[in-house]
Amino acid sequence: MGQYGIGQPIRRKEDARLLTGNGRYTDDVNLDGQVYVYFLRSPYAHAKINAIDTTDALAAPGVIAIYTSADIIADGVKPIPCEANAKSLKGVPLFKPPRHALAFERVRYAGEPVAMIIAESVNAGKDASELIQIDYEELPAIADTSRLADADAPLVWDTLGSNVGLHWETQESAVSEAIFKSAHKTVELKLLNNRLVGNPMEPRCAVSEHDPKTGRTTLYAPSQGGRRVINAIAKEILNVPPQSLRMISLDTGGGFGIRSKTYPELVLMVWAARKQTRPLKWRADRGETFVSDVHGRDQSTKASAAFDKDGKLLAVRNETIVNVGAYLSENGAILAMMGGGKIMGTAYDVPVLYFSVKSCFSNTVPTDTYRGAGRPEVNFIMERLMELGAQAFGISSIEMRKRNFIREFPYKTQMGCLIDSGDFPGTLDMTLDKGDYAGFEKRKAESKARGKLRGIGIGYYVEGAGGRPVEEMRVRFEKDGKVKIFAGTFSHGQGHDTVYSQLLNEYLGVDASKVELIQGDSDTSPKGAVGTFGSRSSMMGGVAIKRASEAIVEKGKKIAGHLMQTEPSKVTFKEGVFHGGTSSVTLEVVARAAQDPSKLPEGMEGPLDESYYYERQGESQNFPNGCHLIEAEVDPDTGTVEIVKFTAIDDCGTVLNPLIVDGQVLGGIAQGIGQALVENTIFDNETGQLLTASFMDYGMPRASDFPMIGIHFNSVPSPTNDLGVKGAGEAGACGAPPALVHAALDALKEYGIRHIDMPLTPEKVWRAIQAAKSGKAA
Amino acid sequence: MYNFEYRRAQSVAEAAKLIKEADDGKILAGGMTLIPTLKQRLAQPSDLIDIGKIAELKGISVSGKTLTIKAMTRHFDVHSSPEVKKAIPALAVLAGGIGDPSVRHRGTIGGSTANADPAADYPAGIVGLGATIETNKRKIAADDFFTGLFETALEPGELIIAVHFPIPDKAGYLKFAHLASGYATCGVMVSKTGNQVRVGVTGAGPNAFRVPEMEAALAKTFTPDAIANIKYPADELLSDMHASAEYRAHLVTVIAKRAVAAALA
Repeated sequence: MGQYGIGQPIRRKEDARLLTGNGRYTDDVNLDGQVYVYFLRSPYAHAKINAIDTTDALAAPGVIAIYTSADIIADGVKPIPCEANAKSLKGVPLFKPPRHALAFERVRYAGEPVAMIIAESVNAGKDASELIQIDYEELPAIADTSRLADADAPLVWDTLGSNVGLHWETQESAVSEAIFKSAHKTVELKLLNNRLVGNPMEPRCAVSEHDPKTGRTTLYAPSQGGRRVINAIAKEILNVPPQSLRMISLDTGGGFGIRSKTYPELVLMVWAARKQTRPLKWRADRGETFVSDVHGRDQSTKASAAFDKDGKLLAVRNETIVNVGAYLSENGAILAMMGGGKIMGTAYDVPVLYFSVKSCFSNTVPTDTYRGAGRPEVNFIMERLMELGAQAFGISSIEMRKRNFIREFPYKTQMGCLIDSGDFPGTLDMTLDKGDYAGFEKRKAESKARGKLRGIGIGYYVEGAGGRPVEEMRVRFEKDGKVKIFAGTFSHGQGHDTVYSQLLNEYLGVDASKVELIQGDSDTSPKGAVGTFGSRSSMMGGVAIKRASEAIVEKGKKIAGHLMQTEPSKVTFKEGVFHGGTSSVTLEVVARAAQDPSKLPEGMEGPLDESYYYERQGESQNFPNGCHLIEAEVDPDTGTVEIVKFTAIDDCGTVLNPLIVDGQVLGGIAQGIGQALVENTIFDNETGQLLTASFMDYGMPRASDFPMIGIHFNSVPSPTNDLGVKGAGEAGACGAPPALVHAALDALKEYGIRHIDMPLTPEKVWRAIQAAKSGKAA
Repeated sequence: MYNFEYRRAQSVAEAAKLIKEADDGKILAGGMTLIPTLKQRLAQPSDLIDIGKIAELKGISVSGKTLTIKAMTRHFDVHSSPEVKKAIPALAVLAGGIGDPSVRHRGTIGGSTANADPAADYPAGIVGLGATIETNKRKIAADDFFTGLFETALEPGELIIAVHFPIPDKAGYLKFAHLASGYATCGVMVSKTGNQVRVGVTGAGPNAFRVPEMEAALAKTFTPDAIANIKYPADELLSDMHASAEYRAHLVTVIAKRAVAAALA
């Protein structure tokens, strides 16, 4: 491990640029002659569109064009496809309704784009939008997740006959029912996993331009790797050759999963640019971003666990309704089970699992992957069941978990995951030690003296990281001595520039200042580019860089041998230098030689330029895991929950850069606590309107909501990838919510409150206390 | 936003004239509510009359037992003013808890008072301290000023010039802030001058109000416990997705107690 190599706490290369205002975001792109796009969105959650009249709007000053679904359909623009596939036990496939980029015949959520206005200014576009006459016929709307599958629920899609787009089950329900009947003890819980609005700091934005000379259209938009998005637009929606479209993502101000989607607005920006002679620019404000980004979570669950007399799990049953919104976004319908939810069972040995998911439509913004994407949900469920199990047996939360932890690896879960490694009991013990569990009672007494109720709570989580099993990276030595990495991944806050430089330093001895990360341009990204999500960039991109580096060394050995007149098989490479006999030559010299055909061995072509298309084998995802321990104080007079102590121990395998992993863990924790404490997405259940579509109404976690967080690692390198890494990006979002809820419930122990749904807003907690006092405990 | 005529007044008299001449003019003070409203196209005034450069509307002074804050004084300036900290520290606390730093450097006491947001902080201070609102036409007592949700006693064309606060013996302000906006779900200013006590509440009702029963109890014994059992009727309070009337009613007692404790601290 060199000074700048793997494992070193190198400060981020990109920070000086980003923190001094020198980042370049999509909104910084201004093209000559650009005109402005404004999307008119549905004011209703559910309505029939009887007619749209754009006559007056088209005559308004500064208006260039107005498009509705009639225009795009007439032009052959296909609905946005949903790649997800799943079937019920009986073989009934997921219902996939068409999603046109502009509402067709009906609007199904408030905020759905209905018309695209192109004008000389944003204001002219907005003025014109007010002149568009739309004859809406309002229909009954439904937003409430727990009611979506009810027989009397208003229908989002008439042809489906219900709102259940898919009923997926692991096996027949009866198998586990029998176990529950004969179990020593069982526990059951109903809970809501609250919907979250992702809210990247950067709002939605896109710029597009068509060049009639080349026939190519360029789309600038933030993403998490645009190649998949632009390919889908080309091949499946616009039916144009992929090489005729180019997508460039500049600096991207937060992704969290939600910025990886093929959004209607992106389709329209590409399509309309090809109709127009001037470049187009669209930037949403925050309110528009609230309704145009996909949302996360939103599940209603009934879960139960059956135990033998020793408190060992016999079976777990879990029935979840997931609110997918009005249309299917990429993975919304499957993330509850085959997406993130596949790690159901999490850290525990679950011999029998019944897992049922009803993916249901509603008149709300579509939901899809958001930091954790199914994993926070199942971790929350399993942790709640463990806690209730401990209460049922009268044993500690720690003892309950220890009796049920998976201890031997690899472990095949009921969902088919092969958990490769981990040290669950060790990680729990380390957490208790670092978090001074032993001193809790003393701190509790101190809190009590101040009128506060203090509680302590554990959240053990297991994550499944990796996403799609392929990624491609290319490493190229340039004439000027620079080394460029052409990445299939896409850093949008993760610090890839720094970590990938560390890898090249480790494997090639290249100085970090010489490394340049090239990403986010479909013209230069490798063919096998996939992107950054699912905590995958190190385990996929990192491994591909390592292997491309190895190919560089192999080729370099031949060139070095030629230069040193040594048999290449006798050439060795160490820390940037090739050695052959008594001679040696640096990689720098070899790279320069590789640019000069006269210095290359017969038949070899320069330069040093290697791509590696990494294909992960079989079940070799990996399973970051860890334990979060929170102490919280509840103010019984107001119901306010305050975090006063937070300890996080994570096993994310080999840590490439502890500063960056700390940041990843902190970010995940902030979003996890956001879900558990403040982020409250409220729809009007009558009208389906999103009532919390601004930061005035939708709470985001703030730095002041957190104490200093003790972050430590109990690293067990993953045996399934070259680097031994496990994902780190989504850990906090999985561990923090159950730990916080358990801390709050522990604080309220004297009231006997069994459960409070997230977010634990002061009024909700206060009401639970009032109910408990009057004998109606939750 | 929609187009409007922008006019900058150099004096209060000119501002009054311009607003009178405009079809549907609006006074632009700090703009912390007005500008977002315009950006969302929720208002379409014909004219904006900017009073930000009027020198006679700025400043903080103490004269005898009165603290005077001119209308265009920013929250940050109130918060950090040595005069305010000395005369009515609770008012400095109140101003320092409004919005965030950028709001506190733009927003003004006159703008906030005239806007009469039910969850704004200043109304509690004005009512709880028994301030007098001086306008370009008259002086209005705090008790007569806030008349309803975003409604005040101000007449069309009437501008706030200054707010005069009688300096109490002691006062305390505390708010229970909403998790998202930081606005007061319930904020209480309690003040004691001689044996007179005032309890001003914001955030809980359609406009700031006093709680006479608490005032009477505190006049006898100025301790948190003196009002522990005084409940405010929920049916007079706001109920929305952020807080039910029942919860707000409960908070009136809890926060008033803490405001008394703050006054005694």
